[in-house]
Amino acid sequence: MPESPIGAVAVAGAPGHSRPAAGTRRAGTTRSGTTRSGDAPRSGQTSARLGRVLLWLAVALGAAVMLFPFLWTVITSITPQANLSGGPSLIVNNPTLSAYAALFASVPVVRVVLNSFAVAAASTLLQLLTGSLAAYGFSRLAFKGKSFVFGCYLATLMIPLQVLVAPLFIMLTRMRLNDTYFALLAPNIASAFGIFLLKQAVDGVPKELDEAARLDGAGHLRIWAQVVMPLVRPAMAALIVFAFMESWNSFLWPLVAIRSPELMTLPLGLSYLQGQFTTDWNIVMAGSVVSILPIVVVYLFAQKHIIAGMAHTGLK
Amino acid sequence: MSRAIAVQPDQAIAVKPDQARPSGRCRAALSNLGWVLLFLAPSAVPLLVFKIAPMFASAWVSLHRWNMISPMEWIGWDNYAELLTSPNTWQVFSHTLLYLLGYLPLVYAGGLLIAVALNQRLRARGVLRAAYFVPVVTSWVAVALVWQWLLNPSNGLVNYLLGLLHLPQPGWWTDPTWAIPSVILASAWKDLGFVMVILLSGLQTIPQEIQEAATMDGAGRWRRFWNITFPLLSPSTFFVVVISLINGFQVFDQMYVMTGGGPSGASQVAVGRIYDLAFRYGQAGQASALSWILFAIILAVTAVQMRGQRKWVNYA
Repeated sequence: MPESPIGAVAVAGAPGHSRPAAGTRRAGTTRSGTTRSGDAPRSGQTSARLGRVLLWLAVALGAAVMLFPFLWTVITSITPQANLSGGPSLIVNNPTLSAYAALFASVPVVRVVLNSFAVAAASTLLQLLTGSLAAYGFSRLAFKGKSFVFGCYLATLMIPLQVLVAPLFIMLTRMRLNDTYFALLAPNIASAFGIFLLKQAVDGVPKELDEAARLDGAGHLRIWAQVVMPLVRPAMAALIVFAFMESWNSFLWPLVAIRSPELMTLPLGLSYLQGQFTTDWNIVMAGSVVSILPIVVVYLFAQKHIIAGMAHTGLK
Repeated sequence: MSRAIAVQPDQAIAVKPDQARPSGRCRAALSNLGWVLLFLAPSAVPLLVFKIAPMFASAWVSLHRWNMISPMEWIGWDNYAELLTSPNTWQVFSHTLLYLLGYLPLVYAGGLLIAVALNQRLRARGVLRAAYFVPVVTSWVAVALVWQWLLNPSNGLVNYLLGLLHLPQPGWWTDPTWAIPSVILASAWKDLGFVMVILLSGLQTIPQEIQEAATMDGAGRWRRFWNITFPLLSPSTFFVVVISLINGFQVFDQMYVMTGGGPSGASQVAVGRIYDLAFRYGQAGQASALSWILFAIILAVTAVQMRGQRKWVNYA
């Protein structure tokens, strides 16, 4: 392909991979349409810049569409009760926080949020630990019946929760553990989803790195902690988001397992709201906003690591 | 920890208990077993107690007539016989399958497109990524309301646009033929961010040197995507496909809030039926039996994928 040298150098830094920290080149100039082979360097760069702007516009437009329901949720939550009619609108007359006041008056919001947060945080930490250990075990240890055991792990994802809650409830009642924080946490101590996610990432770490560490005298535990896990940070960050979200949003099991109001979690509080204020959408939506924001924060915190990737590994 | 413990795993598995007469080999096998326990027990124990035990309990329940209040009554395989001969069962499974056929290609292609686009150096990339993730955490109640409005047959935005283009305007979620496609659209839209996060974390692990080398060899952007990025992304793709199928077979929430299984059962899916059986008609036995039929299907589909992965998934 008759690629101009300038174009070739410029393209080398551009697509498919991105290290935020490595940005020595300015974004707009790195892209050159390699498929437009005949262009002179300058016009190639102009059209590349145009393409980049169009791509950005398309992505940003899509993002606006994605954000719309959330924005509408926020806007409904600050719309006065009297103005709630017709379809979703992005314009608010007389915004008010009265829905939030009503929310805080009818549900012990702080307590409920703290409960949800404590359970979600504990479940996330436990899943990171149990998941990363298991992922290493399935990827790096050889033992008989490994694929059978892994199949059993995955099988735990294949039965609808709806039929597990009754047996689980009976079992925990016999163990005298119902209506406790532990009951809320129990089904989320380990998750096959997270183990599978991390295993796929660990499988992608070259085994030569383990070998090298082993020659240096490292055992499995050290290879797990110091070689493999640091290299699968993006997957761990993704697991943090999904594990937190799973626990934070879980509804059916807490509904069955919890009786004391002091242990109520956020989804239970929200469903109470929906029963209480069937037509007060602003209050229901205020509750939704309170439930969505913490996960967005967790996501923003994790996003850096999801993307940071192999920034300093010196692989291959 | 001594170096002797860090045994070569393949060597350890070759040891059968009866041949392991030399004490060194025996000790190696034992120490390998110790490592397997150390890495797997933290996840295996909670999964066994809180997932697999209730699963077995539900299998036991499936052989009984039980309304979750009075004692169980043994009826053997009657629940299964009844379900397998009922046209309703075939109906809910065909709806589930139809949902999957629409949802999976849509959500994967969309998620891949967004992940690749947002892996480039774009202005405000972090904000855009977060925007695509927000629907994943937005509650189905809010999402369903917005989509019901967007797809409203008489005054919705989508039909308005279709009318401008002189295209047919379907009745969407109010029309039996269009109810499932409506849910497919909303679900794919909501889960786009989930696929994006997994694929983005997979994109980070592709060594950038490979891309650079290909660029030096004159490979265009399109060829680099199909010959490098896509194959090296296959472990993430595999994860997305396996998990989306496992979850998609158990689709429920969105049907419940968007269509309620209607109109007149046209969008009733397997777990919707399980939910109704257990919590509306008090037939926990039949709900469990239907869950196990669903389990068998998901297990078979997943097993086929696990077998097939060697043909197309590239691990390091």
